[in-house]
Amino acid sequence: MSLLTRTEGPVRRAVPAPSVGRMRWWTPYAFLAPYLALFAVFMVVPIGFGFWTSLHEWDINLPAKPFVGLGNYADLFDPGSVDGSRFWTAMRATGIFTVASVPILIVLPLAVALLMNGRFRGRNVYRAVYFAPYVLGVAVVGFVWRYLLDGNIGLVNHYLGLDVQWTTDVPPVWIALVGVTVWWTLGLNAVIFLAGLQDIPRELHEAAMVDGASAWHRFTAVTLPGLRPVTVFVVNATILASANMFGQSYLITAGAPADQTKTAIYLIAETGLRQFDMGTASAMSFVLAAFLMLASALVFGAFRDRRTP
Amino acid sequence: MTTPLSRRSFLGLAGLTVAASACGGGTKLGSGSSAPAAPAPTFSGGEYSGPKVTLDFWNGFTGGDGPHMRTMLAAFNKEFAGRIEVRNITRRWEDLYPAMPTAIAAGKGPDVAVIHNDWIGTFAARQVLIALDDVVGALELSESDFIPAVWGAGVFGDKRYGIPLDVHSLGDYWNAGHLDKIGLKEAPSDKVSYEAALAELKKAGVADPFWMPSKWPAHLMFMSLLWQHGGELYSEDGAKALWGSEQGVEALTWMVEQIDRGYSPAKVAIDTQYAAFKNDKVSFTWDGIWQINDLKTNAPNLKWGLSPVPTIGASAAVWSASHNFVLTSQAGKDPNKVQAAKFFVDHMSRQSTEWAKAGMIPARNSARQDAAIADLPQIRLASDLDAFHFLPALPGVGDVQSKALELAVAKAVLKEAGPAEALKDGVATADKLLAENKRKYTR
Repeated sequence: MSLLTRTEGPVRRAVPAPSVGRMRWWTPYAFLAPYLALFAVFMVVPIGFGFWTSLHEWDINLPAKPFVGLGNYADLFDPGSVDGSRFWTAMRATGIFTVASVPILIVLPLAVALLMNGRFRGRNVYRAVYFAPYVLGVAVVGFVWRYLLDGNIGLVNHYLGLDVQWTTDVPPVWIALVGVTVWWTLGLNAVIFLAGLQDIPRELHEAAMVDGASAWHRFTAVTLPGLRPVTVFVVNATILASANMFGQSYLITAGAPADQTKTAIYLIAETGLRQFDMGTASAMSFVLAAFLMLASALVFGAFRDRRTP
Repeated sequence: MTTPLSRRSFLGLAGLTVAASACGGGTKLGSGSSAPAAPAPTFSGGEYSGPKVTLDFWNGFTGGDGPHMRTMLAAFNKEFAGRIEVRNITRRWEDLYPAMPTAIAAGKGPDVAVIHNDWIGTFAARQVLIALDDVVGALELSESDFIPAVWGAGVFGDKRYGIPLDVHSLGDYWNAGHLDKIGLKEAPSDKVSYEAALAELKKAGVADPFWMPSKWPAHLMFMSLLWQHGGELYSEDGAKALWGSEQGVEALTWMVEQIDRGYSPAKVAIDTQYAAFKNDKVSFTWDGIWQINDLKTNAPNLKWGLSPVPTIGASAAVWSASHNFVLTSQAGKDPNKVQAAKFFVDHMSRQSTEWAKAGMIPARNSARQDAAIADLPQIRLASDLDAFHFLPALPGVGDVQSKALELAVAKAVLKEAGPAEALKDGVATADKLLAENKRKYTR
């Protein structure tokens, strides 16, 4: 209120040029202030503090926290050090999981969304069934699949007549982790794609049909371009979610075999919260964040609308 | 003082100091962060006589041992109602340890807790604990009544931080139905007959009689076998890892051989060997004695027995640990809490017989001879006390174990590397971590 009344004053006095002086230099900042305060308190300060932490040998409850400069980062980039080799094994695990899961988590939900967008009996049941697993917490999903997938006493091997160690052998363990994640989160991406599909005007499809476009042509020329904004979001969100994978490997494999499925977030949590080594854990987080920012930039670049100058 | 105290806790401490000296008690306060320097009031036994206090008590008794601890606490709270109230907080050990130091720093942790012997060094070095030497005096506890290794594990830097409650070890659980098939009444205790029994069991139709885990408790099996072969874990000064020795290779090779000989499936997932034992598929499985009550409750149809871990090497040895009562620096901020907590520890440590029913072995020699518990299945495991081996109380030893030793054992059992190679890599990592710990904890 005070902002509004204060800006009214000059407006009335400056009758000859009403548009000039309407805004004081600080007006935009005043409007930004509420969000800026939240952003500063919950984003800038913690990030800054995290970076400050990463420059120290910061153990939560040891009184001495000596400054080590970029020592923690240097350690991470030294393959001979304990933390360095553990970190890159974890980054590799995160990389493998992301590369393997993201394409499936884009293509499959899109296909499901296209099917769900059709008109047929029982459509709502079908939609609910695909979305249902997403309602479950990671603890439930992890615990159930850990026993279903067990190579020696699990039901999956029993019914399929296989002898595959889904939770303790590579590469089957990656198939298992990606499979469980797809089963679990497919519904979310499908629902977002479905919303995107319903936003594409019917007239475009009708016009294309009148022009004699085949179903495939309509898909590539109308549906896909119409889905672009949604797809950028889904691809980005899925990459970030996959790169942040923790619960599945924590609960299903516990890092087995021999830490090969211990993902970066898993290792960061373990280093910071179990071994209290916050300095190294913060440094790991910043390196991971740098990688994720790079990945996001690449995605935005790839989806940029090239027709506009 | 190098500790950065928050303003609030500083004011709180100052206020308490004023209040305490105003009362004329003249007692000095142990401020949480410099507990060793400021002695807490001396405990001289007898009942607690101060104002009513509430003690937060943390422990990890989530298994078959939990109900027994709760019964003992209920009895305590009833007997001392209006004077001391003990609030029980039970969470899994692996969640309790990481949470404890931070919670104590925030003033929301335990006043008194039960922790394992191998954590005493780490927590004492982190100044999470306060010394208990006066309780020992008041309780008239002495080394001669305890298993020496257990008693020694409670000391760090010439001060006692832990009062042992019990001892627990690895045991050899066996399936009575399976052993019956080959005419055995219990598990064999030496290498030759153990291996012969496995061969017989295989012939008698048990596809996989002895499942070899790659995760927990694989490292406990490895350590037991290492000690049996005469090996050592860490050098006396805590600077070198010694488990990569010839004896270590022998120990780990024997574990891997069980898979090669077809007695165990390859790449067993975490906890599967125990789940399979409960489901009548496994003849032998080595696990902690705290599983006794779990087997009784959750596998009522399984006929099983418990024997000491067989002697595969030259002499009997088995991994053991003990639960210890400790007082935290959080309690140290309030002299009444310190007194009440010491009284509580004193009282509880006299209940060893009741606690033995939770599946544990009383740490006191005198308690083990009590007729009331002599028939419990775990007591006979304690017949050879020299066999009990403990992890040394080196600060940060838990990190070395999980980052190096456990990983090396897992790699060998999963056949990602040969035993010698896996141990060599592991020891290289362990030595780096030990050097780091030494620097970190002696600063």
